[in-house]
Amino acid sequence: MTRGSVVRAVARKDLAVEMGSRVVINQVAPFALVVMVMFAFALDNEGILSRVAPGLVWLATLFSMLVVVQRSFAVESADGALDALRVAGVDPVAIFLGKSVALMVQLFALEVLLVCTAFVLYGVEPSPAGWAEAFVTMVAATVGLGFVGTLYGGLAAGARGRETLLPLLLLPVVAPVLIGATRATEAAFGSGGASVSEGWPWIGLLAVFAVLFGAAGSAAFGPLVDE
Amino acid sequence: MTNVVELRGVVAVLGGFPALAGVDLTVGRGEVLLLQGPNGAGKTSVLRVCAGLLPVERGGGSILGMDITAQRDSIRSRVGLLGHTNGLYLDLTVAQNIRFWASTVGASRDEVSAAMQRMGLDGRLASVKADRLSAGQRRRCALASMIVRRAELWLLDEPHAGLDAAGRDEIDSVLRDAVAAGATVVVSSHELERAGALATRVVTVDGGTVRDGGGAR
Repeated sequence: MTRGSVVRAVARKDLAVEMGSRVVINQVAPFALVVMVMFAFALDNEGILSRVAPGLVWLATLFSMLVVVQRSFAVESADGALDALRVAGVDPVAIFLGKSVALMVQLFALEVLLVCTAFVLYGVEPSPAGWAEAFVTMVAATVGLGFVGTLYGGLAAGARGRETLLPLLLLPVVAPVLIGATRATEAAFGSGGASVSEGWPWIGLLAVFAVLFGAAGSAAFGPLVDE
Repeated sequence: MTNVVELRGVVAVLGGFPALAGVDLTVGRGEVLLLQGPNGAGKTSVLRVCAGLLPVERGGGSILGMDITAQRDSIRSRVGLLGHTNGLYLDLTVAQNIRFWASTVGASRDEVSAAMQRMGLDGRLASVKADRLSAGQRRRCALASMIVRRAELWLLDEPHAGLDAAGRDEIDSVLRDAVAAGATVVVSSHELERAGALATRVVTVDGGTVRDGGGAR
């Protein structure tokens, strides 16, 4: 079996679990929408909302990600499936990459929903070049979040009190993504007079983060879940 | 007879406590070895060492001809362990679960169909989600996964626990088939009469060591 085919099998399996349970569709997506609406109520000023919309989109993404990552590893531990994968000698790098890809797909769908919500609720009006930059920002941030979420989800999976431990471990680590994605999205949306060209260096930061955590996760995931 | 399991003076530690205190054990190809002994004696630890899951602190040996300290990853890909859990994805159907495990080793659709048929999981049960299955049906699903993974050494920890008489008979039947197909089986059980009837040899585990309790039958 090639690593690629196992990656595809693991990713397909995680997405099939979601289609079977519909937790992201029925619970996480509504949660993310409620967060966006609550922000709108709390800030209740169109000028402020369109200014802070990028930050709100990414904060809602991070909060939602915590739930998705918890869920991704809860299905592995419910009947000892992660242990069974270890026993079966399934390549841990392939497990890491497969779970990351499935997480990325789910996060990307959530981000599309959140950006559309910001468009409707917060009155953001990006230019065509801004939409393109927002798309690239979402791709780069999603890849980084997928890798780091899977790595830390695996780290917390076997720990006592993992539900509370995961946010504590994960949120500080994803701060660079929150900052980079927010700045790049501000540029894409033209929030506060930012221009599209100001976003590309931040997208570069997101790409570096994704590469670093892709490499670190591939190296560390096996030993982590073995412990 | 080629030895599938060879443990020599194996010491293993679990959570800071000694789990095995110098285990010597050999299991020949095609044998069905029953591990008996009280709770906490080390039966599960012996199985986990054989599966390449529990690292060996001292001592050595081989599983399927591979070194238990240096080749743990290779050992895992040829061993199947059925522990206290079944390793199923509860939101997936029976067929999806078995197809997933098949896809991790490149098993064909025919192998999947044959395993499901052998375990009585074809037909209506194939499309039932794993969380709706009875304990016995989950066990059968886990064993079907082991079949499609083509495990050569089957390690079973209390496989009869929680099953009714029919379920236990079915497990026994599968194990007999597996041995007939060339697998080697190591099973720990408190059901001595039932597991003993299957076993070609019985050993006693106590205090983290193994005493040869029966010799070849």
